[in-house]
Amino acid sequence: MWLENLRMALRSIMANKMRSFLTTLGIIVGVAAVIGVVSIVQGLNFWIAGQLQGVGATYITVFPNRDPNDPDVAGRDVKLTFEDGQAIVAAVPEIASFTPVYFRGERVRLRDRKATPYLLGVGAAFQEVNNTWVEKGRFFSDIDVAARARVCLVGPELADKLGIAAQALGKDLDVGPVTFTVVGVMEKQGQMFGQNYDNIVVIPFTTAREIYGDEAMKQIRLDFQARSADDVQRAKDLMTALLRERHGIRRDQGDDFQVLLQEEILETTSKILGGITQVVGAVVGIALLVGGIGIMNIMLVTVRERTREIGVRKAVGARRADVLAQFLIEAVTLSALGGIVGILGGWGLGVLGAKAIPGFPDAHVPMWAIGLGFAFSSAVGIFFGVYPAAKAAAVDPIEALRYE
Amino acid sequence: MLIDIKDLVKVYQMGDNQVRALDGVSVGVSRGEYIAIMGPSGSGKSTLMNLIGCLDTPTSGVYRLNDQVVNELDDNALARIRNKEIGFVFQTFNLLPRTSALENVEVPLIYAGVPRVERHARARKMIDLVGLTDRSHHQPAELSGGQRQRVAIARALVNQPSILLADEPTGNLDSKTGEEIMALFDTLNREGNTIVLVTHEEDIAAHARRVVRLRDGKILEDKAREPKGGEAHG
Repeated sequence: MWLENLRMALRSIMANKMRSFLTTLGIIVGVAAVIGVVSIVQGLNFWIAGQLQGVGATYITVFPNRDPNDPDVAGRDVKLTFEDGQAIVAAVPEIASFTPVYFRGERVRLRDRKATPYLLGVGAAFQEVNNTWVEKGRFFSDIDVAARARVCLVGPELADKLGIAAQALGKDLDVGPVTFTVVGVMEKQGQMFGQNYDNIVVIPFTTAREIYGDEAMKQIRLDFQARSADDVQRAKDLMTALLRERHGIRRDQGDDFQVLLQEEILETTSKILGGITQVVGAVVGIALLVGGIGIMNIMLVTVRERTREIGVRKAVGARRADVLAQFLIEAVTLSALGGIVGILGGWGLGVLGAKAIPGFPDAHVPMWAIGLGFAFSSAVGIFFGVYPAAKAAAVDPIEALRYE
Repeated sequence: MLIDIKDLVKVYQMGDNQVRALDGVSVGVSRGEYIAIMGPSGSGKSTLMNLIGCLDTPTSGVYRLNDQVVNELDDNALARIRNKEIGFVFQTFNLLPRTSALENVEVPLIYAGVPRVERHARARKMIDLVGLTDRSHHQPAELSGGQRQRVAIARALVNQPSILLADEPTGNLDSKTGEEIMALFDTLNREGNTIVLVTHEEDIAAHARRVVRLRDGKILEDKAREPKGGEAHG
């Protein structure tokens, strides 16, 4: 019987292909929108999680709180310096290693080839702290750092751009106003939020301070590795207390810096992405509602058009429940087909969308999104199909057989 | 007695007026009979047909079908009786569009819960019986009026009903095709099917072996006659 109903539903839907398509368009668009956005957001989420996993659970990063809307820091001279980092290393035994990270865009030139990579001014421990390693050559040493040596490493993409991918070591590279010797090439890292971590040039922090001046070093990022994952919370508390003391922050004032643990970064990003998903979900809810009303409307028309058919079916023995089931299944089939088309369309949109934005991670469609898209579109069919189906079931066969 | 109707009354509410469509009709039909119900429009013959066909329930009176009091049954039970006991043939054929002849004949079996394979076999037998073997996969739109009515008759017979209930079965056919359909009814009656024919045409009623004439909701005349379609069934 169910199979018969499904067959009848498909026959009826196929008999009015264009109408069926237009009817389900609302559902198709709604489901495609949610699947498209979810696939992009989930792809991003996946990728960020993978990136942070690479840094490790013992990674701690501190950066200055520069939010102009935060009353705690408005009008204050927010500083976060190399010396702050050194003080933390000295006072917090849970910290294993430390590097300052000075970050800016810079022009580089190698003979006639030019590029504008990001410049990173870091300490000798950068590799361990950020879990980012040299591919070829060597990283700079403590001696290089102490001597403010003019040595640099390049990211693989920058090496490509400069035409030195094959033979980079020993080349002279103009970074801003100063000439450096290339001593190594960093491993490939990929991209994040449009920032290219392969298009970088890495120089000793001390050298950067010499070139760009003390003023530029007042608001830098400080990266740490704790000794173990169990220590990170305690390390964070000690670091926070120490920095508040060093920055002369009163009890009633908030921090002018932010200490982030790896898992907190993960939480924050998934919170943001979850928020996006929710907003999209709400919009899609409205789309599905509109789509559902469309289905109800067309089902009411269908019931009216097929009044005579209903009469015939009742005359040859269909019970109310049979007629109800027939039209309900037709409505659900219609909306579920819309859901399936929407899922496929959204999937395609997500994959294409992610590909269209350069450097964006691949889209990822989780099973739950497919299940949810299908379940929701079917539920819409049931909800908005009940009323027309009940109307069909209530048709008086005598009236219906007379109906023209 | 297959059909046993006693003092059947049907009152319709039309706005403020009450219309007594049937006003105390009593009639009995035995198994194997071939009966025509006649009368001008408004005589109550359609109402009587709807009641016999279990599409409607009477205001008062008793209708026994196969010794079962039908007027006390609920909606689902009535649907079941229509499915098992009644085979409808309509003036306008009332086949399902975009559905092959064979599938149209299968519809009552679907509601009877007959499994697919058996359904197919039984529907095919009925299609053969009405002489449409080579048209079984055609849709109603591809069939002539006479062929459509044959499909409708096959559909009416497929569940082996107690009564074949035909409402102006030749009303939409030319007279030659109409005669062919009536000949089919005659054959079916000779094979033992009980036929109740509702018509206002004397020519058509002439095929029956008994004619009940209605006027203003009452029986005017109820008499047996020599059928036109051949010798009486014994």
